[in-house]
Amino acid sequence: MLLIEITPDKCDFCGCCVGVCPEDAIELKEAEITIDEKLCTNCAKCVWSCPIEVLQFNKEKAAEVKNANRV
Amino acid sequence: MRTEYDVVVVGAGPAGTTTARFIAGQGVSVLVLEKDRDVGYPVRCGEAVSRAGVEEFITPDDKWISAKINKFSMIAPNGEEVILPLEEEGFILERKIFDYVLGQKAVEAGAEILTRAYVHGLIFDGGKVAGVKFTHIGEEKEIHSKIVIGADGVESRVGRWAGLKTYVDFREMESAVQVTVGGLNDIRQDTCYFYFGQEYAPEGYLWVFPKGNNSANIGLGVSGNIGKKRSALSFLNYFLEKNYPNAGILTQVAGGVPCTITLEKITAPGLMLVGDAARQVNPLSGGGIISGMIGGKIAGKIAARAVKENKPELISLYEKEWDERLGRRHRNFDRIKDGIYNFSDEKFNSIARAFNKVPMEKRTLGNLFKTALIHNPSLLVDVAKVFVIKN
Ligand SMILES: Cc1cc2nc3c(=O)[nH]c(=O)nc-3n(C[C@H](O)[C@H](O)[C@H](O)COP(=O)(O)OP(=O)(O)OC[C@H]3O[C@@H](n4cnc5c(N)ncnc54)[C@H](O)[C@@H]3O)c2cc1C
Ligand code: SF4
Ligand code: SF4
Repeated sequence: MLLIEITPDKCDFCGCCVGVCPEDAIELKEAEITIDEKLCTNCAKCVWSCPIEVLQFNKEKAAEVKNANRV
Repeated sequence: MRTEYDVVVVGAGPAGTTTARFIAGQGVSVLVLEKDRDVGYPVRCGEAVSRAGVEEFITPDDKWISAKINKFSMIAPNGEEVILPLEEEGFILERKIFDYVLGQKAVEAGAEILTRAYVHGLIFDGGKVAGVKFTHIGEEKEIHSKIVIGADGVESRVGRWAGLKTYVDFREMESAVQVTVGGLNDIRQDTCYFYFGQEYAPEGYLWVFPKGNNSANIGLGVSGNIGKKRSALSFLNYFLEKNYPNAGILTQVAGGVPCTITLEKITAPGLMLVGDAARQVNPLSGGGIISGMIGGKIAGKIAARAVKENKPELISLYEKEWDERLGRRHRNFDRIKDGIYNFSDEKFNSIARAFNKVPMEKRTLGNLFKTALIHNPSLLVDVAKVFVIKN
């Protein structure tokens, strides 16, 4: 499950996140960004590298997933 | 537009258009595909270059020069300013125009450029790259070629599709944000300003580069290591509020600078990478315009030769030639960068204090590094390689 959230309106389409993604999971067109859920490992490197806080790691969702897996 | 070219270049930044220019100049057919509407826009760049660097490719023209630089001002964490007169003149470009003119040069040499062409995959033929798949204004297209050149900038996906590991360790990626501001009266238009230290730009630096007419590019880069805790944007806003609370912001851009050594492999069968895509940025300064154009020139000449002589295997010559010209030098810069990243604020302050005792006429970048050395002897070998031995 994808735990990385994008606020597309904030994005400047600069490609910094794409350059650090180890899985090539980010698709970036002239003014459109998407993450491929099938490729993404939720490593959060893109989140740390985005200069302008467009990407967030959803901690609540991560905790839910963890709990659900425990049951 | 045909469906087959000798060479296809992906990306119309300075590296891509320069590559195309040197290919077309040899009478070899070349098409450049660019996903954006314009060549040269948006500009994600501080726009600083050296005159000598530019002159290798094009005669300087005031049309695309915003400011001429003859000194650096380096500001230590405690606010002490060090002035460094430059031995070599520098320019702050108007890249919007500069990149466009580079595109024109390529076209004049015989290259074709197609904008709004988003490349999303490669065509293979017997394990060798043999063309690209792209979307052009909503239409799916394919172009076959003998060589594909990835000049797709920081993203560098083209190389990955051919099996090269191009992604950058997040700690070596400088996440950058920059504003161009107007109405600044207290900035000297012949000076590039650099701020160091924990407060403004840990593991990186903040720059103020004059753009003429009392305007300037103000930006900074921080390593992903820092970005984990706090974004580049929040550092920039903090600096602006503190130092230029009334600055009129004309533009804001984000960007990534791969401050790392060149990729181990910048060729694969049928494929070459140039510029940011090959990680040809000077890892110490973060400057990648000229070095990317140098990569493009070398790659372009070799690609043209490989096509003309019908010897695809010649493209591997590019790696060695790049390494001799700049790659090796960048490895030294990278080690110096690692040393400087680890400097404490106290160390920056004491270097500034010591260097300010050097008389103005004796100040050179080499001497500055020598001063830094006294404070950090472990850098000795690398600094010596760059400034004393010069390869
Ligand atoms: C904030 C910032 C400040 C900087 N300051 C300086 C400086 O002061 N001096 C300096 O020398 N360098 C500076 N740099 C670095 C410099 O901007 C780059 O090194 C330089 O632009 C690299 O040129 P390039 O041609 O390799 O890539 P780019 O200029 O990034 O061009 C790549 C092109 O490829 C296109 N592209 C990408 N993917 C695709 C695709 N799939 N299909 C089609 N097209 C595609 C992009 O749209 C882009 O136009 C700075 C960088 C940043 C981010
Ligand atoms: S979380 Fe990791 S794998 Fe997923 S898009 Fe970001 S960098 Fe790529
Ligand atoms: S790094 Fe941030 S601003 Fe740049 S493309 Fe990625 S999400 Fe958008």
